[in-house]
Amino acid sequence: MTTLTKGPEALRLPAPAPATTRRGRWVTIALFLLPALVLFVMLVVAPMLVALYASVFRWNGFGGLPTNFIGLDNFTRLFSSEIFAQDLWHLLVLVLLSICVQLPFSLAIAMLLNQRIRGRALYRVLFFAPYVLSEVITGVLFSLILAPDSGMANQVLSVFGWESEWLANPDTVMPSLFLVMTWKYFGFHMMIYLAGRQNIPNELIEAAQIDGATGWKTFRHVTLPLLGPTIRISIFLSVIYTIQLFDLVWILTGGGPSHSSETMAVTMMDWGFKRSQVGYASAISVVMFALSLVFALVYQRFVMRRDLEGAVTSQGGRP
Amino acid sequence: MSHKKPLKRRRHTLPLHVIAIIVGVFMVIPVFYALLGGFKDNSELSGNPFGLPSEWITANYTDVLGSGSFWRQVWNSTFIAVVTTVVTVGLSALAAFVFARFAFRGRELYFTLFTAGLMFPFAVAILPIFVLLRTFGLLDNPLGVILTQAAFGLPLTIIILRGFFRSIPGEIEEAATIDGCSSFGFFWRILLPMARPAIATVSVLAIVGSWNNFMLPLVVFSEEASWTLPLGIQQFQGQYASDTARILAYLILAMVPALGFYAIAERHLVGGLTAGATKG
Repeated sequence: MTTLTKGPEALRLPAPAPATTRRGRWVTIALFLLPALVLFVMLVVAPMLVALYASVFRWNGFGGLPTNFIGLDNFTRLFSSEIFAQDLWHLLVLVLLSICVQLPFSLAIAMLLNQRIRGRALYRVLFFAPYVLSEVITGVLFSLILAPDSGMANQVLSVFGWESEWLANPDTVMPSLFLVMTWKYFGFHMMIYLAGRQNIPNELIEAAQIDGATGWKTFRHVTLPLLGPTIRISIFLSVIYTIQLFDLVWILTGGGPSHSSETMAVTMMDWGFKRSQVGYASAISVVMFALSLVFALVYQRFVMRRDLEGAVTSQGGRP
Repeated sequence: MSHKKPLKRRRHTLPLHVIAIIVGVFMVIPVFYALLGGFKDNSELSGNPFGLPSEWITANYTDVLGSGSFWRQVWNSTFIAVVTTVVTVGLSALAAFVFARFAFRGRELYFTLFTAGLMFPFAVAILPIFVLLRTFGLLDNPLGVILTQAAFGLPLTIIILRGFFRSIPGEIEEAATIDGCSSFGFFWRILLPMARPAIATVSVLAIVGSWNNFMLPLVVFSEEASWTLPLGIQQFQGQYASDTARILAYLILAMVPALGFYAIAERHLVGGLTAGATKG
């Protein structure tokens, strides 16, 4: 009844409506957008700008905004610092190890679990599970396992007459850290590859096999190229993550022994919170930001360009 | 022919099984070591790292379960994760609705601002955020962690939700408007219920992100009463450094909520991460 009487009325109304609805529309837009915008600007955009600003001051982090302007001194000091040079070296080592060892391993396991083998659902759940555990749980667990004297790893390996100092020795600490990272993160990359593999139509694989391609040839010439976009994204995420690596290192080694596993984020926290040199620490964060940004821009421009173009043509614009 | 094929396949997959089992063993060993180690005393742990305990000692587990601090950390983590998720998803849904279904000047600019947020590494902002939270008196206050986590969660959540909201046909909105639905009414009563799968995905991402966050609580919380589980674990390790068995028990109990949640939300988690990864 009500709809019958209201319906025609509503249809006749539009003529005077626009003025009020237009204002109403703006109020709606503002009310819906502002809460997110305010929070985002206050806690993401502004702190980024403050970090940029603070990086050219000598500042202990107290008493309003910094006033002791020292130009680029923090940066020159940073670039001549031995610890920072080591941080960059560690970043390079971890990125190379990830790209050359961890990701191919993840890809191989993803291809394995794409086969019809018994228990593959269980393996998927199992391999991905460490990714769900916090870095702190992983870190503490492995710091106990890799402990030099009482740790499980050495107790087991001593049976074969082979022990290592793992995290306690500057020579073995980076490989050990990488081992833990692989335990925790390879399942994540495996899942991305599995999802990417599912987007490849099986007809293409079957067609290659009908043409006489063996398993390896099918993978090399059909599956791998079609997984290209997925692999490129997985490398991208891996590098961006490694630039900011903090939790795992902080828990496992604290950056030691004698800075031999320190990352930029650990150095930054050390100067910022333990020694209250917020200006200098801000310079470190600015360099981290610049590295991420330059890497992202260069990578998207030169490596992912084809993928992004594909996305634009198929979806009519990036999301 | 008919029985030859399965035979061939079985022979072919044997190495695959071996590899999968070896990798599986390496994944499981650390957790089993911790699980069994929690039932041993320290002297047995150093002599017999793997075997079953000669005597099952439950004291390590019951001590942790009987301690107020463990439960307080679980509660703090849960509270922060739930409120973070409500704030993140709530604000993102409103913003994504506007981005998806309204045309207005500056829309692309604002949206680009949010998407650029994906590029801002959290570690870069931590110092100014600390100073900011201290200025507002939000240190040792759960709100300091919640609001910051929500702010950094907005970009990805908005991107995923906007994509989903766009995929809902305009005819439904027209029909709702003709029936007298306001914008908010359409959003609340029609769009959100329809977007339930996407909401579940982004909620799971927000919960896991908050639950595992370490850097921010580390900086914000100095009082033990407000510690989250990751902070508690780190502290516990420091406090009982020589009591490995007890730390192992703590770790196992701290794993339970995360793994339980993984078991329940597995599909949304994996779907969300792969969607999030490729959209990031």
